[in-house]
Amino acid sequence: MKAEVLNAILGARKNRRSVAVVTELNSGVQRVVSRADADEALEKRFRFDQSGIEKSETGESFVAIHNPPLRLVIIGAVHIAQSIIPMAQAANYDVTVIDPRGAFATGARFPVVSLIEDWPQDVLPKLGLDARTGFVALTHDPKIDDPALDLALRSDVFYIGALGSKKTQSSRMERLKASGFDDAKLARIHGPIGLKIGAVGAPEIALSIMAEMTQSLRLGG
Amino acid sequence: MDHSVLETASSWLAEKRLVALATVIETWGSAPQPVGSQLVIDGDGNFMGSVSGGCVEGAVITDALDVMKTGEPKILDFGVADETAWKVGLACGGKIRIYVEPLL
Repeated sequence: MKAEVLNAILGARKNRRSVAVVTELNSGVQRVVSRADADEALEKRFRFDQSGIEKSETGESFVAIHNPPLRLVIIGAVHIAQSIIPMAQAANYDVTVIDPRGAFATGARFPVVSLIEDWPQDVLPKLGLDARTGFVALTHDPKIDDPALDLALRSDVFYIGALGSKKTQSSRMERLKASGFDDAKLARIHGPIGLKIGAVGAPEIALSIMAEMTQSLRLGG
Repeated sequence: MDHSVLETASSWLAEKRLVALATVIETWGSAPQPVGSQLVIDGDGNFMGSVSGGCVEGAVITDALDVMKTGEPKILDFGVADETAWKVGLACGGKIRIYVEPLL
């Protein structure tokens, strides 16, 4: 491996970009491919974090997938967030919780995550929302959730979930539509949030959210 | 993928050490480390990372020192069908294939 290939991998990692390094095993020749330039087979490898051998007429290649760590951004230091966090951490997500309300965003309630007591619209641009980030809005409060959803919809996050009943969702969609998002864009929002598994209580709702987010991560959509 | 291995490789390279990188490129059966796992080795045999959880690291390091000298990559096969695998202790029932390359 040439130093420039190594530097490309480390640079991509630093900037939270996904790259693959393709090594022709009979010649040792290597090239770096970004996710944006991936064909269908390579995109599937990126989605499944799946390095491996590709065979072709010219011989075997090893494809090494270098994805940045998964991240989960939770808007709302609420009860369900407390249930999602240990599940997300077990699935290797770095979790950040954002809530401007000091009474909710306390270290005592959220001891083991990055907890930011501020407005999402002030925090998210600095944090950066990217294709290895999942996003959930859990406050039910339009003045907190809406600006956050606005930024998530303008980003490449692989999952957008928003807590709330069908009624809450439809009024939320009307507001976002009024601010310029069309139906195709709004279809990215999973709401009511979570897979329909008959979840009862916060831990099971958290499980349904984690399941739905995993589905988006691995299968897309 | 654990990037601390590559960061170590980068800093060793900056210190002008000889460096080789070993990567698990294929596994069959119950291999202890997944495809993509890496081990970085320097010219003195210092290493970091893991390609097998300890079963074949010794053999990989020996080949890595050779790869640093020749500058040519090498593919190593370890498995239960292979007598050397018993010697180095990959008795977990799996087979692994490892690509060892110099860092230039």
